[in-house]
Amino acid sequence: MLHHTVLRVVAKLLIPVILLFALYVQFHGDYSPGGGFQAGVIFAAGIILYALIFGLEDTMEALPPGVLKILSASGVLIYAGVGLETIILGGNYLDYNFLAHEPTHGQHLGIFLVELGVGTTVFSTMLLLYYAFAGREPGQ
Amino acid sequence: MNLQFTIDILLLAFMAVIAIAVVRMRDLFGVAMLFSAFSLLSAGVFTVMDAADVAFTEAAVGAGISTILILATLTRTAREEKPRKSRDPRVPLLVVTVTGALLMFGTSDLPRLGDPNAPIHTHVAPRYILESPKEIGIPNIVTSVLASYRGYDTLGETTVIFTAGVAVMALLGIRRRRRREGDEKEPD
Repeated sequence: MLHHTVLRVVAKLLIPVILLFALYVQFHGDYSPGGGFQAGVIFAAGIILYALIFGLEDTMEALPPGVLKILSASGVLIYAGVGLETIILGGNYLDYNFLAHEPTHGQHLGIFLVELGVGTTVFSTMLLLYYAFAGREPGQ
Repeated sequence: MNLQFTIDILLLAFMAVIAIAVVRMRDLFGVAMLFSAFSLLSAGVFTVMDAADVAFTEAAVGAGISTILILATLTRTAREEKPRKSRDPRVPLLVVTVTGALLMFGTSDLPRLGDPNAPIHTHVAPRYILESPKEIGIPNIVTSVLASYRGYDTLGETTVIFTAGVAVMALLGIRRRRRREGDEKEPD
């Protein structure tokens, strides 16, 4: 853990804002630039900032790699599952019109779920990559 | 329009300077930082072109995550680039000049930026712009295209990211730097 007071105080102030902004980008992607991919990356960046300043051990304890592996797979599953659901409801694969009574409502719901899947996978994979690279001693 | 032109030239000039600096530098830590600045500048170029979504991704991925991953990789290798034996520079120079000339010749055939009659603007783009408010009903057309019209592609991209994660896990794995007490679960 680093003992630079300025870095720690600034990071403590910034990290919640970064995470909140990621959630905004995730759920406001229908109306403004952004979406699951960007949100996942920003969320991961917030956590990585925490790991850089407060240490990898603490971060790994809060977000264990095992949980992230499950999240990483479940994002793809959510996305593909939405496609299967539309088939079951009588449409083509990923045809969101069938998810609700109104086609546009179905589209809203479908895009929301699919972006959630993208965000989950991107976030957990980016963090896993960081764990894999940063978790080793230099020159190991 | 004129102001936009000036900003474009400024950004591109900065990018050229950074590219030359990257080639000439031996300190890889500095190179990683310069790459980050390069990405941020290209995000600026995308913003000037009104491609907000692309700029956003470039800033978050190119300037943010890539830099962190490059820095993390640097901890596993040397920090300085090894000096290379100097070779005859004439052949590479010739190759670069010819390729550059061909590329410039090729751009003379491209439609002007933003030309409404360009092929890319006459195929499916009009349908996305005219019909997506009715068909999808969300204001950000980029999101409608990515998540709905081109849903298969985005599913593919998500799978690619997942696969990349699986590959890194398989090759490197995660060593947990455990503390002595409280060891449990996570056999990696």
